[in-house]
Amino acid sequence: MRRGGGVHPAWSTCMGIEEHLGYNILTTSLEKLVDWGRKSSLWPATFGLACCAIEMICTAANRWDIARFGMEAFRASPRQADVIIIAGTVTKKMMPAIERIYEQMTEPKWVIAMGACACSGGIFDSYAVVQGIDTYLPVDVYVPGCPPRPEGLLYGILKLHEKILQDPFLTKKYRERLALRQEAV
Amino acid sequence: MNKAAELLQEKFPEEVVEVTEFRGETTITIKPERIVDICLALRDTPQTYFRYLSMIAGMDYLPQSPRFGVVYNLYSHRNHNRVTLKALLPNDANPVIDSVVPVWTTANWHEREAYDLVGIRFRGHPDLRRILMPGDWVGHPLRKDYPLRGK
Repeated sequence: MRRGGGVHPAWSTCMGIEEHLGYNILTTSLEKLVDWGRKSSLWPATFGLACCAIEMICTAANRWDIARFGMEAFRASPRQADVIIIAGTVTKKMMPAIERIYEQMTEPKWVIAMGACACSGGIFDSYAVVQGIDTYLPVDVYVPGCPPRPEGLLYGILKLHEKILQDPFLTKKYRERLALRQEAV
Repeated sequence: MNKAAELLQEKFPEEVVEVTEFRGETTITIKPERIVDICLALRDTPQTYFRYLSMIAGMDYLPQSPRFGVVYNLYSHRNHNRVTLKALLPNDANPVIDSVVPVWTTANWHEREAYDLVGIRFRGHPDLRRILMPGDWVGHPLRKDYPLRGK
């Protein structure tokens, strides 16, 4: 348990049961506990496509230090990664490889579209470039910019954390959505 | 006059269409039929000695006819000079020219690029496949009548 500081918001669901147990045990819902654990140690896939990747690498290095959010472990294997940051221009020739990497990631998994190209094709309104990665993958967070600064990416990551904290993964609705996504694949 | 142009006018007077000079750069327009012989002569004659092919470009001059052309940029390390060869292809529907891979091995990928993006066929090329676009791509995207956003 956390020493010294207050109780983390995720742990503070009050059901009155604490009064009977004293201050030895904290109660919470399983969902909140798991979501908190998931958002606190997201492992991104080591994956960059263009100039946005340089900003992403910068975000992981000492000045911006993505390790503050439990994300320092960039995994070279998609099977160990939770989140894929689509950092850069996606060409149609690259798309089969990206789809394959995404499919190899284990559930639960999230997608961040980083930069104008990944969000919408950017300035490359051309025959060779995918006009937004969301035509192929379910994107959770869009980070605009050309390229976005590390602060921008970190803001997007914090938004993803908020989203994960509210993830009702035990509900029927979530299971239905998951089934839909797997059908689409 | 440029030594390469002199050589070609002496050896292949029927093939040379035009010699132009612009800011010290010589461009020789030739007929496409004997491209391999012309390239061999430019490579092996000591006065020219163009041992290095720096680029092959496929051209689409739509709406002109002849519509397609191939441009060869040659460089000589010994003489430290350049020359540009330009061949216009007579057939607009099916542009074909002989491959210069036997002359310069580096032509292999350059010709594959011209085939991939402009759709010019190189007769005698050892492996004429697409090099940049996916293998199952339909069409040649750098043709002038190809839509910008693709088909």
